[in-house]
Amino acid sequence: MSDFLHHLAFGIYPYIALAVFLLGSLVRFEREQYSWRSGSSQLLRARQLRIGSNLFHIGILFLLVGHTVGLLTPKAIYGLVITPAQKQMLAIVSGGAAGIICFVGLTMLLHRRLYDPRIRKTSSVMDIAILGLLWLQLVLGLATIPFSLAHRDGSVMTQLSLWAQHILTFQADAASYLVGVGWVFKAHILLGLTLFVVFPFSRLVHIWSAPVGYLVRPYQIVRRRGGARTA
Amino acid sequence: MKVRAQIAMVLNLDKCIGCHTCSITCKQVWTSREGVEYAWFNNVETKPGIGYPKDWENQDRWMGGWRRKRNGRIEPRIGGRLRVLAKIFANPDMPEIDDYYEPFTFDYENLHNAPESRAMPTARPVSLITGERMEKIEWGPNWEEILGTEFRKRSRDRNFEAVQKEIYGQFEHTFMMYLPRLCEHCLNPACVAACPSGSIYKREEDGIVLIDQDKCRGWRMCVSACPYKKIYYNWQSGKAEKCTFCFPRIEAGEPTVCSETCVGRIRYLGVMLYDADRIAQAASVENEQHLYRAQLDIFLDPSDPAVIAQARADGVPELWLEAARRSPVYKMAIEWGVAFPLHPEYRTLPMVWYVPPLSPIQGAHQAGHIGWDEESGLPDVKSLRIPVRYLANLLTAGAEAPVVLALQRMMAMRIHMRARTVEGRIEADVLKQVGLSLEQVEEMYRLMAIADYEDRFVIPTTHREYAENAFDLKSACGFTFGNGCSTGGSTSANLFSTRPASAGLQSPRVEIRRVPAAGGAQPAPARPAARAAAPPAKQAEEV
Repeated sequence: MSDFLHHLAFGIYPYIALAVFLLGSLVRFEREQYSWRSGSSQLLRARQLRIGSNLFHIGILFLLVGHTVGLLTPKAIYGLVITPAQKQMLAIVSGGAAGIICFVGLTMLLHRRLYDPRIRKTSSVMDIAILGLLWLQLVLGLATIPFSLAHRDGSVMTQLSLWAQHILTFQADAASYLVGVGWVFKAHILLGLTLFVVFPFSRLVHIWSAPVGYLVRPYQIVRRRGGARTA
Repeated sequence: MKVRAQIAMVLNLDKCIGCHTCSITCKQVWTSREGVEYAWFNNVETKPGIGYPKDWENQDRWMGGWRRKRNGRIEPRIGGRLRVLAKIFANPDMPEIDDYYEPFTFDYENLHNAPESRAMPTARPVSLITGERMEKIEWGPNWEEILGTEFRKRSRDRNFEAVQKEIYGQFEHTFMMYLPRLCEHCLNPACVAACPSGSIYKREEDGIVLIDQDKCRGWRMCVSACPYKKIYYNWQSGKAEKCTFCFPRIEAGEPTVCSETCVGRIRYLGVMLYDADRIAQAASVENEQHLYRAQLDIFLDPSDPAVIAQARADGVPELWLEAARRSPVYKMAIEWGVAFPLHPEYRTLPMVWYVPPLSPIQGAHQAGHIGWDEESGLPDVKSLRIPVRYLANLLTAGAEAPVVLALQRMMAMRIHMRARTVEGRIEADVLKQVGLSLEQVEEMYRLMAIADYEDRFVIPTTHREYAENAFDLKSACGFTFGNGCSTGGSTSANLFSTRPASAGLQSPRVEIRRVPAAGGAQPAPARPAARAAAPPAKQAEEV
């Protein structure tokens, strides 16, 4: 990959992706809230969804948290507890396990979406595309495991997290940390950024609405015209 | 004491003729759209039967309503807050569309376009979800109409509990009644409590329970939590929808569509005042059979000066207090005790009440006259065809005494009116036995038998102008599918991959697939299957 393309993909594209992700979500929330939903198809067919959706969501939530913490925790902090090599092994084992759980679930969901006539007929193009992209991304992520096992010193992992931290802290040389990193990692990153681009245009927006507030709100909600209040 | 007002409904089952006009007019107004074809905000069931959706009264299966915990507090039967969130990825207690019925239309076009053949062309059923032909319609919106399906299946009706039901399978002993059902607009709604995004709410002014279509995220917990299964998941929009009590009409002082169009004049709408501070207490009573009484106790007497003073302090408009004093619902539910809540044991404190139906006399030897209880000298309700226990299971969690009294009062009203108009005398003894005064029974007669429009519907207008600037509302978008006035983009290619709401569309957007019949007697015409009513928006999206 030429230097220019490399910089475009890993130095500039992340910012485009994040901008679309944030602004797109904001615009959709502001302008099209009626379209803001999880898009469940459980009513039409519960079979396969019961196991598939649970496995997928448990797996992907773990992976999301794992990636966020793993990539963004500075070495100065985690270094107090474990070495990079140990951290890499931790990531491979736990991420691999969660990845397999997620893979089984996602494959079931994708199969259901494609081959159950009720679900297929009521799916939008984006519904199918987003499952396909996630599946591909998951396969790429799982495919990085053998590559990682080839270098167990944690050096590549350190480079990846430096890249992510530099992107988020607006440092110009971020892309340079990905020079020489294996193609699987690069493909995984590119597709991951693309998922951020697609996010506001798909049902993924429901992630923003994870209903944690439910845990603390009172059961009954009474609204008075001209203003909400609970009683 | 905190006084709140609610528009409540009473349905006089004694006069329901099962014509389904309420259901049809409701559907025409509210659910004639893609995604909710299967949904009937109002439906009429023939009882005994398992109902719609199948087996809805079986809360061991669907987990609707509230459960009283050992510590005396109540929580939704589907679980506490953490349990609800744990079920969010795949709700194990949610009915599938087949538990309602797979919505269908018929391939009418085939009647026009079929080639010449020896057999008459037929309009075969087609699924409104997939557009594919359905070999057989397995279930429909009112499958058990007038004792349809065999008794063995219908008798799974939960209201047969503690009733020796086998005998009612016999033709000579069978019985039936109609049960029109809609959202109960409960005082203690389980759907509101179960909504993770907090999109369902009860309106303070009139007690109507609504779903904020903008805030709903489609987590589907309300569908399970509602014990009456009166929240429907719109599979097209991904949002939950429910009976709105026709709030735009109620606000204008008009009855709901189902009430307005009721042929039998069985529906009543009126204001009830209740003490909002005592809701939790009334819903947590230990003995289920006491829940009916506990709910009666939180309603307030609209003529009591203390109540009126407190109501004014709590902001209930004068018009509403006036309406509460004339409320037909208050008279039937509280004064005469002839109307009952549907399944109080769900602990939701429902606000759509039912007058139990009288029924013909059971034994042939009693034909022509009502059985009399020798001891009390009162009409013997045990001789009626519908078992009292069945009605009690439906309306009072199994407590028979209130239902018996209501039936006796209704019979006493008939006896009195017959004596007065035919024989020209007053049946004072009968009235005394059932505890009704002459004035009361005359008013009962006027309200329940004559049932004039003005007596049935006493609905004060909502003074919107107090809360909103009515001038600013001029030329606003009015009733919409959420999203404010936005219709989801001006072009058919929508940025956020949503489909425009399809008001009025009742044919599948997908192409109907015509497959040659199994015997090959009717060859399929060799032409592309043309769909008449597929709107361009969806086509563009599918290309």
